[in-house]
Amino acid sequence: MTQSVVVQVGQCGNQVGCRFWDLALREHAAVNKKGIYDEALSSFFRNVDTRSGSDGPGIYKGKICSLKARALLIDMEEGVVNEILQGPLRDMFDSKQLITDVSGSGNNWAVGHKLYGCQYRENIVEKLRKTAEHCDCLQCFFIIHSMGGGTGSGLGTFVLNLLEDEFPEVYRFVTSVYPSGEDDVITSPYNSVLAMKELNEHADCVLPVENESLFDIVNKINQMINSGKLGSTVKQNSLVTSSTGSVKTLQEKPFDAMNNIVANLLLNLTSSARFEGSLNMDLNEISMNLVPFPRLHYLVSSLTPLYTLADVNVPSRRLDQMFSDAFSRDHQLIQADPKHSLYLACALLVRGNVQVSDLRRNIERLKPSLHFVSWNQEGWKTGLCSVPPVGHSHSLLALANNTCVKPTFIELKERFMKLYKKKAHLHHYLQIDGMEQSCFSEAVSSLSDLIEEYNELDVTKGGPRTDPSRLKIAV
Amino acid sequence: MSIVTVQLGQCGNQIGHEVFCCLCSDIRGTHGLCSKKENQSYQDACKERFFWEEESGVPVARAVLVDMEPKVISQTLSMAARSGCWKYNNQSHFCQKQGSGNNWANGYSVHGPRHKESIMDLVQREAERCDRLGGFFTIMSMAGGTGSGLGAFVTQCLRDAFPASFILNHVIWPYGTGEVIVQNYNSVLTLSHLYRSSDALLVHENDVIHKICAQLMNIKQISFRDVNQVIAHQLGSVFQPVHPAEGGSNYSRNPLGDLMETLVPHPEFKMLGLRNIPQIPENSLPYSTFSWPGLIKHLRQMLIANAQMEEGIDWQVRPPPPGSSTPSSHSTKKPLHFNTSIANLVILRGKDVHSVDLGSFQDPSLYTSWLKPQDAFNAWRTPRAFNKYEKSASLVSNSQFLLKPLDSVVGKAWNMFASKAYIHQYTKFGIEEEDFLDSFTTLEQVISSYTTL
Repeated sequence: MTQSVVVQVGQCGNQVGCRFWDLALREHAAVNKKGIYDEALSSFFRNVDTRSGSDGPGIYKGKICSLKARALLIDMEEGVVNEILQGPLRDMFDSKQLITDVSGSGNNWAVGHKLYGCQYRENIVEKLRKTAEHCDCLQCFFIIHSMGGGTGSGLGTFVLNLLEDEFPEVYRFVTSVYPSGEDDVITSPYNSVLAMKELNEHADCVLPVENESLFDIVNKINQMINSGKLGSTVKQNSLVTSSTGSVKTLQEKPFDAMNNIVANLLLNLTSSARFEGSLNMDLNEISMNLVPFPRLHYLVSSLTPLYTLADVNVPSRRLDQMFSDAFSRDHQLIQADPKHSLYLACALLVRGNVQVSDLRRNIERLKPSLHFVSWNQEGWKTGLCSVPPVGHSHSLLALANNTCVKPTFIELKERFMKLYKKKAHLHHYLQIDGMEQSCFSEAVSSLSDLIEEYNELDVTKGGPRTDPSRLKIAV
Repeated sequence: MSIVTVQLGQCGNQIGHEVFCCLCSDIRGTHGLCSKKENQSYQDACKERFFWEEESGVPVARAVLVDMEPKVISQTLSMAARSGCWKYNNQSHFCQKQGSGNNWANGYSVHGPRHKESIMDLVQREAERCDRLGGFFTIMSMAGGTGSGLGAFVTQCLRDAFPASFILNHVIWPYGTGEVIVQNYNSVLTLSHLYRSSDALLVHENDVIHKICAQLMNIKQISFRDVNQVIAHQLGSVFQPVHPAEGGSNYSRNPLGDLMETLVPHPEFKMLGLRNIPQIPENSLPYSTFSWPGLIKHLRQMLIANAQMEEGIDWQVRPPPPGSSTPSSHSTKKPLHFNTSIANLVILRGKDVHSVDLGSFQDPSLYTSWLKPQDAFNAWRTPRAFNKYEKSASLVSNSQFLLKPLDSVVGKAWNMFASKAYIHQYTKFGIEEEDFLDSFTTLEQVISSYTTL
């Protein structure tokens, strides 16, 4: 069994990360009734003997003493991290896993990347090494951050770079929260585009998330609950947005519901690697199957169902509905419509009481309405995990490598150009040591190249298919 | 003679487990329908072939379990132990912590060399435990990374370490509409490599077995366990003891050798398909009766028309009239759907087997002209019923059964290769474009050979 380490950077990264650890504990508590430290737990948690401080009856079969998250919390201001350390999750983290500063990055990518990056490099490397040493077989780093600010965006991508240098064999999965159009941070387009270049070059997989989509999903759920027209009640702990049953049942903060969605994304992504199933899908398989060309590693994700009704019986019609929903526009975690764009590859990770025939039936049913690239007409990767998420009998995570990310990138570029043409706020960046105008031009050119790659693929969509002629053998 | 089974990857281990379950439940069953002496002989032969006995009397499977991540193996070991009827040897498994990531190159070029010694060590120990080693039976899927890549490497190692032993690879053909996106690449690389080291490839297609589960077994929500149990039944129907053609009352002492001798006359033709009838839900068994003429007629038409199961057979397909088939022609005169055979083996188990007339299988028009029909066709029988079926017939065929699936997989892989998609994932671990081209060439050759039968 392998381990993964979560690196949460910046305010957004840490808030999402906090929700992730909370829900992860909830999930394992539901499965692991005997309190034994098993292999599934060890993928994200260490078992520490609090008296000696070292790893306790570490491996498997020993009782749980004290669980420590395999995480690194990084923020250049103290507010968020301090809150976590004073909250109910405080025992999961120790001081050796934190890197904080006081003044923040002022929503400036250059401050995060160049200034703090330089300053904290050694500290970060040392703490990463420590976390890695506690791992038997480290497979993946999960970075959680936002793109629009300064710390998450700048320092986050600096850490990404660092991980590639120091741990080249370990996968780097990045969950990036992209800014929306009405973002109140004026310089968010700069920060995002500068960060994009780093993601293009150093990440193995990126799971973009947009606040607008999360917000829409939260609203949808609230409407459903408040309308009460269905007559049946919703299982509270099944809501993809809820914290019910987790450690932190007090004051829910405004972003908690949205962050829970992202936390659930990560839990579902890693479920097959942690729990058993008839067709396992490990993290390295995700990267292998969904990334046909190195730079095209942006995956659009969708989670269904958003909630479960309290009645137990699930006819297969409802199961099929789950599959249909996964491809609908309003379940995607970014503002995109994969159904009307071109699929390069698609992965379906099913959890719970679903069998291979259900998968096959739904793939057959949905395939005709989806456009796949000519060289990957049957491009489906599937996984079956037996353990469902808390509150559900089954669930589905769909990951798509689809050209529908293109509009998001084009819009980002446009917002960037609007500022850049007027050279607005540029001086804040250029005054940082190591920052030059070329950083900007290179970043936007990297983004343009990426958009162009997607364009070239889109052009082939719907066109006539001429299969290449096969090798001829002399008879 | 004993057979050592090597279970590779998730698929290999899951199927292997079902196979041993099936074998065990068959020999413990009281539905043998034959004399006590016959039954005893059957049980002893099966036990010698697949199990050795612990002090406690519990049969231990002659198997080596290999996987690059631990979840499946630990599940498999514990399920077997819980059954109480048989178990695996607790030492005979090898696993690592991180899987192969569906990457053939990772399985073949990285895991293979790295773990060669440990794996071959386990195989050697199982081989030494056999009084007489009859050969190796490997179970793997083509679609993933471990079964396919590491499986191909291990097969090569087996060939090098045991040059005189028979190696039969059981290969699972994945569903056509993707289980793994790069499955066609992995399949092409696996098949081309296995072709060099293996004696024969026995193939099961997931799509076909799925249909059997849906239409014949009436299973509503088909799970992989259901699929694997059907596969195990079909494999059991081939590997359980049987009297070889010469008659005599002894069970065959060399099952793999006999199989190769009857079915693989030429190293260019190694692809074997398997059909088994009847297949019905277990609870229908007590209420169903079958007649041998009916079963044989269906089986023969399944062969000729390349039908995947006993429903939906195309009865219009007929063998070509005599005189129209010439050896090296491109068979333009042969009806297009007709499935030409090189060699066939029919295995009959159960009531009244010795009275069954198999003349229809010896019709020369079914075969190429290289072998005399009496050499191209063989029949093995046993009066001992198998797995509660009063009558059961299996067909192992070296024919054009797998031509279409093979052509389809190679076509899709070539299509993807032309765009160079995913190639960087393979070159990362040392498999270059030339290696792909070599594999494509090998398989196009195989396709061409089977097409011009």
